[in-house]
Amino acid sequence: MAEIIVVTSGKGGVGKTTTSASIACGLARRGHKVAVIDFDVGLRNLDLVMGCERRVVYDFVNVVNGEASLRQSLIKDKRFDNLHVLAASQTRDKDALTTEGVQKVLEDLAADGFDYIVCDSPAGIEKGAYLAMYFADQAVVVVNPEVSSVRDSDRILGLLASKTRRAERGERVKEHLLLTRYAPKRVETGEMLSVGDVEEILGLKTIGVIPESGDVLNASNKGEPVILETESDAAQAYDDAVARLLGDTRPMRFTTVEKKGFFSKLFGV
Amino acid sequence: MGMFDFLLAKKQTASVAKDRLRIIVAHEHAGRGGPDYLPMLQRELLEVIRKYVNVDAESVKVDLIGDGENKVLDISVALPDRSAAQTT
Repeated sequence: MAEIIVVTSGKGGVGKTTTSASIACGLARRGHKVAVIDFDVGLRNLDLVMGCERRVVYDFVNVVNGEASLRQSLIKDKRFDNLHVLAASQTRDKDALTTEGVQKVLEDLAADGFDYIVCDSPAGIEKGAYLAMYFADQAVVVVNPEVSSVRDSDRILGLLASKTRRAERGERVKEHLLLTRYAPKRVETGEMLSVGDVEEILGLKTIGVIPESGDVLNASNKGEPVILETESDAAQAYDDAVARLLGDTRPMRFTTVEKKGFFSKLFGV
Repeated sequence: MGMFDFLLAKKQTASVAKDRLRIIVAHEHAGRGGPDYLPMLQRELLEVIRKYVNVDAESVKVDLIGDGENKVLDISVALPDRSAAQTT
Protein backbone atom coordinates (compact mmCIF):
# COMPACT_ATOMS: atom_id res chain seq x y z
CA MET A 1 0.00 0.00 0.00
CA ALA A 2 1.32 3.39 -0.94
CA GLU A 3 1.17 6.07 1.72
CA ILE A 4 -0.09 9.37 0.32
CA ILE A 5 1.34 12.48 2.01
CA VAL A 6 0.09 15.96 1.12
CA VAL A 7 2.29 18.98 1.79
CA THR A 8 -0.04 21.93 2.19
CA SER A 9 -0.40 25.30 3.94
CA GLY A 10 -3.09 27.55 2.55
CA LYS A 11 -0.76 30.52 2.41
CA GLY A 12 1.73 30.84 -0.42
CA GLY A 13 5.47 31.23 -0.07
CA VAL A 14 5.85 29.40 3.23
CA GLY A 15 7.96 26.56 1.81
CA LYS A 16 5.62 23.86 0.52
CA THR A 17 7.67 23.02 -2.55
CA THR A 18 10.98 23.18 -0.66
CA THR A 19 9.45 20.84 1.93
CA SER A 20 7.95 18.46 -0.65
CA ALA A 21 11.30 18.14 -2.41
CA SER A 22 13.20 17.57 0.82
CA ILE A 23 10.74 15.08 2.28
CA ALA A 24 10.65 13.13 -1.00
CA CYS A 25 14.48 13.03 -1.11
CA GLY A 26 14.69 12.11 2.56
CA LEU A 27 12.31 9.18 2.09
CA ALA A 28 14.12 8.05 -1.06
CA ARG A 29 17.51 8.28 0.66
CA ARG A 30 16.17 5.80 3.23
CA GLY A 31 15.48 3.35 0.41
CA HIS A 32 11.77 3.89 -0.11
CA LYS A 33 10.29 4.12 -3.60
CA VAL A 34 8.92 7.64 -3.82
CA ALA A 35 6.94 9.74 -6.31
CA VAL A 36 6.54 13.47 -5.77
CA ILE A 37 3.73 15.19 -7.68
CA ASP A 38 3.31 18.91 -8.40
CA PHE A 39 -0.39 19.83 -8.15
CA ASP A 40 0.18 23.49 -9.00
CA VAL A 41 -1.15 23.41 -12.56
CA GLY A 42 -0.18 26.57 -14.43
CA LEU A 43 2.52 27.54 -11.92
CA ARG A 44 4.81 24.55 -11.77
CA ASN A 45 7.97 24.90 -9.70
CA LEU A 46 8.73 21.54 -8.15
CA ASP A 47 10.73 20.63 -11.28
CA LEU A 48 13.01 23.64 -10.69
CA VAL A 49 13.52 22.90 -7.00
CA MET A 50 14.26 19.25 -7.84
CA GLY A 51 16.60 20.31 -10.66
CA CYS A 52 14.85 18.39 -13.43
CA GLU A 53 13.14 21.26 -15.28
CA ARG A 54 14.87 20.52 -18.59
CA ARG A 55 13.77 16.90 -18.58
CA VAL A 56 10.01 17.48 -18.41
CA VAL A 57 8.42 16.00 -21.53
CA TYR A 58 4.97 14.97 -20.35
CA ASP A 59 3.22 16.18 -17.23
CA PHE A 60 0.47 15.31 -14.73
CA VAL A 61 -2.33 16.69 -16.95
CA ASN A 62 -1.08 14.67 -19.93
CA VAL A 63 -1.38 11.50 -17.81
CA VAL A 64 -4.84 12.44 -16.51
CA ASN A 65 -6.02 13.11 -20.09
CA GLY A 66 -4.50 9.86 -21.39
CA GLU A 67 -2.12 11.74 -23.71
CA ALA A 68 0.90 10.03 -22.16
CA SER A 69 1.49 7.01 -19.96
CA LEU A 70 2.57 7.32 -16.36
CA ARG A 71 5.87 5.64 -17.25
CA GLN A 72 6.57 8.25 -19.95
CA SER A 73 5.74 11.12 -17.62
CA LEU A 74 7.62 10.16 -14.46
CA ILE A 75 11.04 11.83 -14.37
CA LYS A 76 13.66 9.70 -12.68
CA ASP A 77 15.79 11.67 -10.25
CA LYS A 78 19.50 11.91 -11.09
CA ARG A 79 20.54 11.33 -7.47
CA PHE A 80 18.20 8.50 -6.42
CA ASP A 81 16.97 5.73 -8.75
CA ASN A 82 13.95 5.15 -6.50
CA LEU A 83 12.74 8.78 -6.66
CA HIS A 84 10.45 10.06 -9.42
CA VAL A 85 8.96 13.47 -10.16
CA LEU A 86 5.64 14.12 -11.88
CA ALA A 87 5.60 17.73 -13.05
CA ALA A 88 2.53 19.94 -13.22
CA SER A 89 1.38 21.28 -16.55
CA GLN A 90 2.59 24.79 -17.20
CA THR A 91 0.16 25.66 -19.99
CA ARG A 92 -3.21 24.20 -19.03
CA ASP A 93 -5.65 26.10 -16.87
CA LYS A 94 -5.99 25.05 -13.26
CA ASP A 95 -9.24 23.15 -13.78
CA ALA A 96 -7.50 20.58 -15.98
CA LEU A 97 -7.33 18.03 -13.14
CA THR A 98 -10.31 15.91 -12.13
CA THR A 99 -10.94 13.86 -9.00
CA GLU A 100 -11.26 10.65 -11.06
CA GLY A 101 -8.12 11.46 -13.03
CA VAL A 102 -6.08 12.09 -9.90
CA GLN A 103 -7.42 8.93 -8.28
CA LYS A 104 -6.41 6.86 -11.30
CA VAL A 105 -2.84 8.23 -11.25
CA LEU A 106 -2.49 7.59 -7.50
CA GLU A 107 -3.85 4.04 -7.85
CA ASP A 108 -1.53 3.32 -10.79
CA LEU A 109 1.46 4.57 -8.77
CA ALA A 110 0.46 2.33 -5.86
CA ALA A 111 0.10 -0.63 -8.23
CA ASP A 112 3.55 0.18 -9.60
CA GLY A 113 5.04 -0.45 -6.15
CA PHE A 114 5.56 3.08 -4.89
CA ASP A 115 5.83 3.24 -1.09
CA TYR A 116 5.23 6.97 -0.73
CA ILE A 117 3.46 9.53 -2.89
CA VAL A 118 4.19 13.12 -1.88
CA CYS A 119 1.62 15.62 -3.17
CA ASP A 120 2.93 19.20 -3.40
CA SER A 121 -0.19 21.35 -3.00
CA PRO A 122 -0.67 24.76 -4.59
CA ALA A 123 -1.41 27.70 -2.29
CA GLY A 124 -5.02 28.64 -1.64
CA ILE A 125 -8.05 26.47 -1.00
CA GLU A 126 -9.26 26.05 -4.58
CA LYS A 127 -9.51 22.95 -6.73
CA GLY A 128 -5.77 22.19 -6.98
CA ALA A 129 -5.31 22.35 -3.21
CA TYR A 130 -8.48 20.33 -2.68
CA LEU A 131 -7.36 17.59 -5.08
CA ALA A 132 -3.87 17.48 -3.55
CA MET A 133 -5.33 16.74 -0.11
CA TYR A 134 -8.40 14.69 -1.06
CA PHE A 135 -6.76 11.24 -1.18
CA ALA A 136 -4.14 11.89 1.51
CA ASP A 137 -3.39 9.51 4.38
CA GLN A 138 -1.11 12.03 6.07
CA ALA A 139 -0.73 15.78 5.84
CA VAL A 140 2.29 17.96 6.50
CA VAL A 141 1.00 21.47 7.15
CA VAL A 142 3.82 23.93 6.52
CA VAL A 143 3.56 27.02 8.70
CA ASN A 144 5.67 30.13 9.29
CA PRO A 145 5.64 31.60 12.80
CA GLU A 146 3.62 34.56 11.59
CA VAL A 147 -0.06 35.53 11.99
CA SER A 148 -1.41 35.07 8.46
CA SER A 149 0.33 31.74 7.97
CA VAL A 150 -0.93 30.37 11.30
CA ARG A 151 -4.50 31.43 10.58
CA ASP A 152 -4.41 29.90 7.08
CA SER A 153 -3.00 26.68 8.51
CA ASP A 154 -5.91 26.49 10.91
CA ARG A 155 -8.26 26.82 7.94
CA ILE A 156 -6.42 24.05 6.09
CA LEU A 157 -6.64 21.79 9.16
CA GLY A 158 -10.40 22.36 9.11
CA LEU A 159 -10.56 21.29 5.45
CA LEU A 160 -8.39 18.21 6.10
CA ALA A 161 -10.92 17.18 8.74
CA SER A 162 -13.95 17.69 6.47
CA LYS A 163 -13.17 17.72 2.74
CA THR A 164 -10.97 14.65 2.31
CA ARG A 165 -11.81 11.08 1.37
CA ARG A 166 -10.78 9.93 4.82
CA ALA A 167 -13.06 12.52 6.44
CA GLU A 168 -15.96 11.39 4.25
CA ARG A 169 -15.37 7.83 5.44
CA GLY A 170 -15.37 8.95 9.07
CA GLU A 171 -11.60 8.52 9.38
CA ARG A 172 -8.91 11.12 9.98
CA VAL A 173 -6.00 12.30 7.91
CA LYS A 174 -2.93 12.08 10.14
CA GLU A 175 -1.86 15.71 10.50
CA HIS A 176 1.61 17.09 11.24
CA LEU A 177 2.87 20.63 11.64
CA LEU A 178 6.15 21.68 10.10
CA LEU A 179 7.48 25.09 11.11
CA THR A 180 9.74 26.77 8.59
CA ARG A 181 11.76 30.01 8.61
CA TYR A 182 12.13 29.76 12.36
CA ALA A 183 14.45 32.35 13.94
CA PRO A 184 15.29 31.30 17.54
CA LYS A 185 16.91 34.65 18.21
CA ARG A 186 13.74 36.57 17.38
CA VAL A 187 11.70 34.11 19.43
CA GLU A 188 13.99 34.74 22.40
CA THR A 189 13.51 38.51 22.14
CA GLY A 190 9.74 38.11 21.97
CA GLU A 191 9.41 39.19 18.35
CA MET A 192 8.38 35.85 16.89
CA LEU A 193 5.83 33.19 17.85
CA SER A 194 7.54 30.19 19.43
CA VAL A 195 7.07 26.52 18.51
CA GLY A 196 4.97 26.16 21.66
CA ASP A 197 2.79 29.16 20.75
CA VAL A 198 2.01 27.78 17.29
CA GLU A 199 1.37 24.28 18.66
CA GLU A 200 -0.98 25.71 21.28
CA ILE A 201 -2.97 27.84 18.82
CA LEU A 202 -3.33 25.06 16.25
CA GLY A 203 -3.70 22.24 18.77
CA LEU A 204 -1.15 20.07 17.00
CA LYS A 205 2.42 18.88 17.60
CA THR A 206 5.24 19.83 15.26
CA ILE A 207 7.03 17.15 13.32
CA GLY A 208 9.90 19.47 12.52
CA VAL A 209 11.24 22.98 12.91
CA ILE A 210 13.35 24.28 10.05
CA PRO A 211 15.51 27.25 11.00
CA GLU A 212 15.63 30.32 8.78
CA SER A 213 18.66 29.68 6.62
CA GLY A 214 20.37 31.10 3.57
CA ASP A 215 21.07 27.51 2.53
CA VAL A 216 17.45 27.10 1.42
CA LEU A 217 17.83 29.78 -1.27
CA ASN A 218 21.27 28.53 -2.28
CA ALA A 219 19.91 25.01 -2.67
CA SER A 220 16.94 26.07 -4.80
CA ASN A 221 19.25 28.22 -6.94
CA LYS A 222 21.15 25.04 -7.78
CA GLY A 223 18.13 22.77 -8.14
CA GLU A 224 19.29 20.64 -5.22
CA PRO A 225 16.72 19.85 -2.49
CA VAL A 226 18.11 21.48 0.67
CA ILE A 227 18.02 18.19 2.64
CA LEU A 228 20.98 17.04 0.53
CA GLU A 229 23.19 19.92 1.77
CA THR A 230 24.14 17.71 4.69
CA GLU A 231 26.26 20.30 6.51
CA SER A 232 23.36 22.74 6.72
CA ASP A 233 21.15 23.15 9.81
CA ALA A 234 18.08 23.26 7.55
CA ALA A 235 19.09 19.93 5.96
CA GLN A 236 19.55 18.26 9.32
CA ALA A 237 16.24 19.65 10.56
CA TYR A 238 14.49 18.26 7.46
CA ASP A 239 16.17 14.90 7.96
CA ASP A 240 14.91 14.84 11.57
CA ALA A 241 11.40 15.64 10.30
CA VAL A 242 11.52 12.75 7.81
CA ALA A 243 12.72 10.40 10.57
CA ARG A 244 9.81 11.50 12.79
CA LEU A 245 7.38 11.07 9.89
CA LEU A 246 8.56 7.44 9.78
CA GLY A 247 7.94 7.04 13.49
CA ASP A 248 11.34 7.82 15.05
CA THR A 249 11.54 10.01 18.11
CA ARG A 250 14.27 12.61 17.92
CA PRO A 251 14.89 15.65 20.10
CA MET A 252 14.10 18.96 18.42
CA ARG A 253 17.24 20.79 17.29
CA PHE A 254 17.96 24.36 16.15
CA THR A 255 15.10 25.84 18.18
CA THR A 256 17.23 27.70 20.70
CA VAL A 257 19.89 30.36 20.28
CA GLU A 258 23.33 28.85 20.02
CA LYS A 259 25.48 30.17 22.82
CA LYS A 260 28.63 31.51 21.29
CA GLY A 261 31.92 30.98 23.08
CA PHE A 262 34.30 33.80 23.89
CA PHE A 263 36.63 33.12 20.98
CA SER A 264 33.95 32.72 18.34
CA LYS A 265 32.45 36.02 19.57
CA LEU A 266 35.88 37.63 19.36
CA PHE A 267 36.62 36.41 15.85
CA GLY A 268 33.07 36.41 14.61
CA VAL A 269 33.05 32.81 13.45
CA MET B 1 16.15 58.04 18.99
CA GLY B 2 18.12 58.33 22.20
CA MET B 3 21.48 56.72 22.62
CA PHE B 4 20.21 54.60 25.51
CA ASP B 5 17.25 53.18 23.62
CA PHE B 6 18.90 49.80 23.56
CA LEU B 7 18.39 49.61 27.32
CA LEU B 8 14.62 49.70 26.91
CA ALA B 9 13.00 46.34 26.35
CA LYS B 10 11.84 45.80 22.79
CA LYS B 11 8.10 45.52 22.42
CA GLN B 12 7.02 41.92 22.80
CA THR B 13 4.99 41.66 19.61
CA ALA B 14 4.88 37.84 19.64
CA SER B 15 2.54 37.82 22.64
CA VAL B 16 0.24 40.28 20.85
CA ALA B 17 0.23 37.99 17.82
CA LYS B 18 -0.57 34.99 19.99
CA ASP B 19 -3.51 36.69 21.70
CA ARG B 20 -4.97 37.91 18.41
CA LEU B 21 -4.61 34.47 16.83
CA ARG B 22 -6.19 32.73 19.81
CA ILE B 23 -9.28 34.92 19.51
CA ILE B 24 -9.68 34.75 15.73
CA VAL B 25 -9.07 30.98 15.59
CA ALA B 26 -11.66 30.36 18.33
CA HIS B 27 -14.12 32.59 16.48
CA GLU B 28 -13.56 30.79 13.19
CA HIS B 29 -13.93 27.38 14.83
CA ALA B 30 -17.33 28.38 16.16
CA GLY B 31 -18.59 28.76 12.60
CA ARG B 32 -16.81 25.66 11.30
CA GLY B 33 -18.37 22.31 10.59
CA GLY B 34 -21.82 23.65 9.80
CA PRO B 35 -23.13 23.76 6.24
CA ASP B 36 -22.07 26.72 4.09
CA TYR B 37 -25.58 28.21 4.03
CA LEU B 38 -25.71 28.73 7.80
CA PRO B 39 -24.30 32.29 7.98
CA MET B 40 -26.51 33.44 5.07
CA LEU B 41 -29.58 31.84 6.68
CA GLN B 42 -28.77 33.62 9.91
CA ARG B 43 -28.49 37.00 8.14
CA GLU B 44 -31.75 36.60 6.24
CA LEU B 45 -33.63 35.41 9.31
CA LEU B 46 -32.38 38.45 11.17
CA GLU B 47 -33.68 40.73 8.42
CA VAL B 48 -37.13 39.13 8.50
CA ILE B 49 -37.38 39.27 12.29
CA ARG B 50 -36.28 42.89 12.25
CA LYS B 51 -39.32 43.78 10.14
CA TYR B 52 -41.45 43.00 13.18
CA VAL B 53 -39.26 43.23 16.25
CA ASN B 54 -36.31 45.44 16.99
CA VAL B 55 -33.62 42.88 17.77
CA ASP B 56 -29.86 43.13 17.44
CA ALA B 57 -27.59 40.78 15.51
CA GLU B 58 -26.47 38.82 18.58
CA SER B 59 -30.02 37.82 19.56
CA VAL B 60 -30.54 35.46 16.63
CA LYS B 61 -28.63 32.19 16.83
CA VAL B 62 -28.74 29.49 14.20
CA ASP B 63 -27.05 26.16 14.94
CA LEU B 64 -27.06 22.70 13.50
CA ILE B 65 -27.12 20.24 16.38
CA GLY B 66 -27.20 16.48 16.76
CA ASP B 67 -24.72 13.98 15.37
CA GLY B 68 -24.99 11.06 13.02
CA GLU B 69 -27.97 10.93 10.67
CA ASN B 70 -30.41 13.14 12.57
CA LYS B 71 -29.64 16.83 12.51
CA VAL B 72 -31.80 19.52 14.05
CA LEU B 73 -31.70 23.12 12.91
CA ASP B 74 -31.88 25.06 16.13
CA ILE B 75 -32.98 28.68 15.80
CA SER B 76 -33.23 30.76 18.90
CA VAL B 77 -34.29 34.40 19.01
CA ALA B 78 -33.96 36.38 22.18
CA LEU B 79 -36.66 39.06 22.16
CA PRO B 80 -35.95 42.32 23.91
CA ASP B 81 -38.11 43.27 26.94
CA ARG B 82 -41.46 44.91 26.29
CA SER B 83 -40.43 48.56 26.42
CA ALA B 84 -37.67 48.09 23.85
CA ALA B 85 -39.76 45.81 21.66
CA GLN B 86 -41.74 48.61 20.03
CA THR B 87 -41.21 48.42 16.29
CA THR B 88 -39.39 51.37 14.84
